[in-house]
Amino acid sequence: MLNVGKIENGIVLDHIQAGKSMLIYHYLELNKLDCTVAIIKNARSNAMGKKDILKIETDAHSIDLDVIAFIDPDVTVNIIKGGELVEKKRISLPKEVKNVIKCANPRCITSIEQGVQHMFYLADSRRNIYRCRYCDEKYTEQEIEW
Amino acid sequence: MRHILTPLDFSVSELDQIFDTAADIEANPKKYANACRGKKLATLFYEPSTRTRLSTETAMLNMGGSTMGFSDANSSSVSKGESIADTIRTVSCFADIAAIRHPKEGAAMVAKQASRIPIINCGDGGHQHPTQTLTDLLTIRSLKKRLNNMTIGLCGDLKFGRTVHSLIAAMSRYQGIRFIFISPNELRIPDYVTDMLDEKGIPYQENVRLDDVIGRLDILYMTRVQRERFFNEEDYVRLKDFYVLTKKTMRRAKNDMFVLHPLPRVNEISVEVDNDPRAAYFRQVQYGVYVRMALILTLLGIKVNDDGEVIEEGPGKLPL
Ligand SMILES: [Zn+2]
Repeated sequence: MLNVGKIENGIVLDHIQAGKSMLIYHYLELNKLDCTVAIIKNARSNAMGKKDILKIETDAHSIDLDVIAFIDPDVTVNIIKGGELVEKKRISLPKEVKNVIKCANPRCITSIEQGVQHMFYLADSRRNIYRCRYCDEKYTEQEIEW
Repeated sequence: MRHILTPLDFSVSELDQIFDTAADIEANPKKYANACRGKKLATLFYEPSTRTRLSTETAMLNMGGSTMGFSDANSSSVSKGESIADTIRTVSCFADIAAIRHPKEGAAMVAKQASRIPIINCGDGGHQHPTQTLTDLLTIRSLKKRLNNMTIGLCGDLKFGRTVHSLIAAMSRYQGIRFIFISPNELRIPDYVTDMLDEKGIPYQENVRLDDVIGRLDILYMTRVQRERFFNEEDYVRLKDFYVLTKKTMRRAKNDMFVLHPLPRVNEISVEVDNDPRAAYFRQVQYGVYVRMALILTLLGIKVNDDGEVIEEGPGKLPL
């Protein structure tokens, strides 16, 4: 398997559904970090066929795991310290996501009120449905403007 | 601090207490005449709704309190572009409780987040209108002496009717409820409502003709078909008079079935029905005042004794 610069201290996000690594990159705002970030797309996986992997050389606590779970709850989170794997975490869908996504409902107050927190709550964990805390409109994935 | 943004903000037993208080207000209005002396209600109406505003203000005035506010966005600082959060921060310095109506969905939630005083949602766009739902529940409870074990027919615009969706959600919390949805195909009840009923195992059926099912109902909830919901005038004209409740149709109904309507009505209930003792829509308006009085007392934590003296009061405003 290809080995893109093993990291010393940081976090490796494994088993990302192929194609979703850039989405996670975007929402975690990794472009704003100074550290090493390796994005591996379409790596071969026995279980998944294809998968993405993200390696981030940073303090693991600074990464919002809820955001990752919101985008892809099947991601495995590996915490690396001193070049060794010290912890393997499974994550689950967050009950609430704050200031990650915005409501698309034009009748929603968040479309006009300044300075509101954009909050969504997990309405249906089986079907992975989030609704706006304000107007209860279902969130549907939008095209992201890069 | 308690607020009311949706009817489901209160548990069934908490609602029972509110309805008990409302029933006591109906029986002994004098006892409550000074319950809110010195208290001020702000009505922040970003769009006009005269009925709801007057009902809420009457509730406060009946208890010796006073009111202030605005009745449309043009006459206020809102027209200068002030945010809801800033408005409610300001109003929190003046009033003890605020009632807000706004055309955008979720506006009351924004108000609540910035508020130091209890918020009553008096309608946020097509989203929630809890004081209407509480009015409907109190009316049913007062007329039928129960909120469980009954068949409720909802007739008219079941697609866009916010009061209908909210009433269904609220009634679904009681035992032995069955729904009959009566609407033209174009205005059928949305899937998310029937999904919720399926999940809870609550029986319902859909019908187009009112005459076929009215004989089985304990409550008939009529609604108005609203022009502003339609993209073209043609559809509106075709559907607006789809249902007209007449004396003749009422003959098929049970003697103890009651007709409710959130008002204003247009043609969907013929005026000849008004004198029928089962026509309850104007009594419903009166219950709207009682339930808003009970709600204000509950949110302010005020209790009175039999002599009408205030014996308990909530902690008041949150600190600045
Ligand atoms: Zn929204």
